[in-house]
Amino acid sequence: MWFLLRRVLVSLVVLLGISLVVFLMLNLISDSPGRAALGQQASQAAVDAFNREHGYDRPVLIQYVDYLLQLLRGDLGRSYKLNEEVGTLLLQNAPRSAMLSLAGLVLALVIAIPLGILQAVRRGRFIDRAATSISYLLYATPSFLIALVLIGIFSQTIPLFPAEASQSSSPWVVFTDPRSMALPLITLAITNVVVFAQYQRSAALEQLGMDYIRVARAKGASERIVLTRHLLRNAITPIITLVGVLIPTLLAGNLIVEAVFNYPGLGLLFLNSLHREDYPVLLAYTLIGGALTVIGNLVADLVVARADRRIELGR
Amino acid sequence: MSTARAEVAAEELPSLATRNPISRSAVLRSLWRSRTGRTGAVLLVVLVLFCYLGPLIHPTNQTDVDLLNAALPPGDGFPLGTDSNGFDVLGRLMQGGQVSLQIGLLAAVFATTLGTIYGAVAGLVGGVVDGIMMRVVDVLLSIPFLFFVLIIAARFTATPLTLSLVIGGFSWLVAARLIRGEVLSLRVREFVSAARLMGASNRRLIFSHLIPNTFGVIIVNLTFQVADSIIVLAALGYLGFGLSYPVTDWGSQLSSGVSFLAADYWWLIYPVGGFIVLTVLALNLLGDALRDAIEHRSP
Repeated sequence: MWFLLRRVLVSLVVLLGISLVVFLMLNLISDSPGRAALGQQASQAAVDAFNREHGYDRPVLIQYVDYLLQLLRGDLGRSYKLNEEVGTLLLQNAPRSAMLSLAGLVLALVIAIPLGILQAVRRGRFIDRAATSISYLLYATPSFLIALVLIGIFSQTIPLFPAEASQSSSPWVVFTDPRSMALPLITLAITNVVVFAQYQRSAALEQLGMDYIRVARAKGASERIVLTRHLLRNAITPIITLVGVLIPTLLAGNLIVEAVFNYPGLGLLFLNSLHREDYPVLLAYTLIGGALTVIGNLVADLVVARADRRIELGR
Repeated sequence: MSTARAEVAAEELPSLATRNPISRSAVLRSLWRSRTGRTGAVLLVVLVLFCYLGPLIHPTNQTDVDLLNAALPPGDGFPLGTDSNGFDVLGRLMQGGQVSLQIGLLAAVFATTLGTIYGAVAGLVGGVVDGIMMRVVDVLLSIPFLFFVLIIAARFTATPLTLSLVIGGFSWLVAARLIRGEVLSLRVREFVSAARLMGASNRRLIFSHLIPNTFGVIIVNLTFQVADSIIVLAALGYLGFGLSYPVTDWGSQLSSGVSFLAADYWWLIYPVGGFIVLTVLALNLLGDALRDAIEHRSP
């Protein structure tokens, strides 16, 4: 219980740190929100009045504390460019992005875990060497390039799938319109499989050398039982941790895939906000990304601790 | 994006007790003996020669727009065709390659230097200072790297120097963690105690004793970091926050080629994409082989 409490406390401190860093950074970059909101043509007097009215002329630290209190009330600020609450904007887009990312992640894990274990069991054989070589190649390929090649092959040369993702506003579109979501999903899955499979391979290799595997085999357990009942359970824990650690990467992958396939989710919202210099949205989404990472790591640690009783958190 | 890649790629080396001091020739020999190391090194040398010596063999005009010869497929006089501004694609690959390699290297040097000093200070000083310094790293590692880089890159006019600083400025975290780990195990060794007894200051300990002994980790990290920086740079260019005319890099080139994807101008996409992949592949192969060479150093 102690460890859990300590771990949660540390996470809270990190969260506070993230909010401070992101806030200060954006404050440094966009020192006059009035100018950003009213545009280059607005008079200096109007800009000053705007900044005064919304409290942007106060010392930065006071603004930060104010922002924190506002966050605690669940208020993420207001986008002056779109004249809309940031919270509303994010909520409109979040379900679509979440479904896309989750589906991509699940698809990747379903492929990567068996592949990694197969590679470990067949270590040094053809299948292992081929998979490792392909991983090296794909690992060196930026995700947008994977997407472009997929579009080139499966949309231009062989017109199987559309080059643009579905524009539907339903978060379930991943399942209801699989044809238009196939290429984004495959892109996400490929980029993730490359990382997860190699990790799963080394985790499984490490476990295969351990005594309990030899004992299980000596007892006469079939290879299938050894792999599914004994190995899988122990070799899968590093992957859980990895998913937690990789959340920033998953979010970045989501951003790029949404950009390439023009899928209206959080990533595209972020990019459009960049072009609009809509700093409240950028601030909120970056904060949420940081929070997701911290929470993801915490949850991953807890899950691993539950799965493996030998681990005590915080030690 | 890149931080996590580096984190996965750069596993920690085994404890120092099992390693001998670095002998450069031994590392180079074992590097050359491994197939991945040889492939990576040869590939990298070829790519660098292509970018820097290529223009001497295949000189092209990369400053004046030539709309009469725009978007030509590969053919006479233009081995890889021309882009929408009439620039020779082969020549543009060389020029963009120079810029991409330079930014990748500069960003990596910057990130590794910053990370090394930060990690060494945290590891040597220890205690509360170490605790605070490493929590700062935790905080920065939790913020999605690409978001930060995009926000900053979008705000400032991109030049090779600013892009290197922005990419490097957010990529030093993994290096800091690795070097701190190394320093933690080095600082209790006799030669460090001896230096301390002789009155060496912390600064002298760090720069004359600790950092030189972590050189293996540093060089491995640097290699992977160049690869990661080139990928991030390409992503920035692709998303439209790369360099602008007349300077170009591989990502920006790819980005302008993508508008013609539907027109099937394949020569604007696949060659430059291939060069990005080959460069990153070469660096990753080299990094892996270097790590192995330093781990199991042959006598």
